[in-house]
Amino acid sequence: MNYRFDWSVLWKGQSGEWLWLGLITTLGLSALAWLLAVLLGILSGALRTVPFRPLRALATAYVEFFRNVPLLVWMFFWYFGVPPFLPQGLQDWLFDHGLEFWAGVTALGVYSGARFSEVLRSGIQSIPRTQFEASVASGLSTFQAYRYVILPVALRLIIPPATNESLNLLKNSSVALTISVAELTFQTRQIETYTAKAIEALTAGTVIYLVLCVSLASVMGWVERRVAIPGLIAGGRRPRRGRG
Amino acid sequence: MIEGLDVIWRNLPFLMIQGFLGFGKFVGGTVRLAIPSIVLGFILGIFIGIGRLAPRWWIRLPATLYVEFFRGVPLVMVIFWMWFIIPIVLRTGIPEFGVALTAFVIFEAAYLGEIVRAGIQSVARGQVEAATAVGLSGAQSMRYVVLPQALKNMIPSLVTQFIVLFKDTSLASIIGFMDLTKAAQVVNNREVRPFALYSFIAVVYWICAYSMSRYARHLEKRLSPTSS
Repeated sequence: MNYRFDWSVLWKGQSGEWLWLGLITTLGLSALAWLLAVLLGILSGALRTVPFRPLRALATAYVEFFRNVPLLVWMFFWYFGVPPFLPQGLQDWLFDHGLEFWAGVTALGVYSGARFSEVLRSGIQSIPRTQFEASVASGLSTFQAYRYVILPVALRLIIPPATNESLNLLKNSSVALTISVAELTFQTRQIETYTAKAIEALTAGTVIYLVLCVSLASVMGWVERRVAIPGLIAGGRRPRRGRG
Repeated sequence: MIEGLDVIWRNLPFLMIQGFLGFGKFVGGTVRLAIPSIVLGFILGIFIGIGRLAPRWWIRLPATLYVEFFRGVPLVMVIFWMWFIIPIVLRTGIPEFGVALTAFVIFEAAYLGEIVRAGIQSVARGQVEAATAVGLSGAQSMRYVVLPQALKNMIPSLVTQFIVLFKDTSLASIIGFMDLTKAAQVVNNREVRPFALYSFIAVVYWICAYSMSRYARHLEKRLSPTSS
């Protein structure tokens, strides 16, 4: 191995600025896609458990369709395939405002939404059916039963698997580099291209991803403890041991 | 619409035989990458999964770090690492197939290791005690008693992980590996029919992944511990 390390490439020149911009883009892309995914996930996850067949079928179709095709293909699909079919005004706006970013948000959000949906569905199914029946018996409509009884419990129960999916979403945002969104992996490649120092550039990017994942996981661990439902085994609350 | 179908029809052998299966002028193929990746990744994963449960900390710690590291890094990043580091270490370039295979085996081994660990932990404690009682060594009881039972419990998760891997092989196209996605890109560069081409490969991926997920669900029902 005859590789000369030169870590100064990471702070000389524009590298620091590129990494910073990449980090911001990764976070922005992930945050917007996460909102879309959570919205679609809650909607379709809840619909998959309602006692009305056409809505269930619709939600199942969404989940099975989007989850079984690679994210990269969805990126190409939303970036290359869809825009020509959009109205001219919207097309012009998108071309002026970073089409690749919005295509990336849509691809990542719709794809992850299907995965969130599965998480929420299993959360809802782990709640005894009697809860729903009791809500309806006490005069709530189906919507009210979900809004006030089922979802508040289910959303707390699914925090650990939902955290896992959120981390997947964050890591998957790197796929957006294929449609040239200037996110973290893209910027890492750019530093490599300009400085020919691959190991240093990749190390910087890798460390940033690791730090992001670890901190997100610990924040969610804190949230999980905050909103835990006392007395529920399914909530995963064991008696505190050590630092819990 | 008609022109789109025509483009796919004319390029069908290239897309499917070269891109999907991997036979032709280029070393490529979604299937040709996915199958060796899961097999080799699983072999490495067995060692990592056993290492995670080892009683000695100097085996357990590296195995745990390995899993936590690779589960905290995007696959795209791992592919780029291999793309740059293999030529530096070997002092010579290797084909994209080798780079992609190495990246997938190393990356998937972390996830497969967790499946192996969960599988081993699902075997009743009494089994090991019984194996020890009849005089088997630690390695022997793992080899002849625990692993065969653990393997059965792992099968549904392994199929699910294979689906994930199968979809992830599309990422090998970013280093130029001629898989189904890259083949569609190549055709698109010539014909400029993105909607038709990307929809077509989406359908191909979908049919494979969906049928495998149905199969995994079927296995889960048949092999669930309550039914045995």
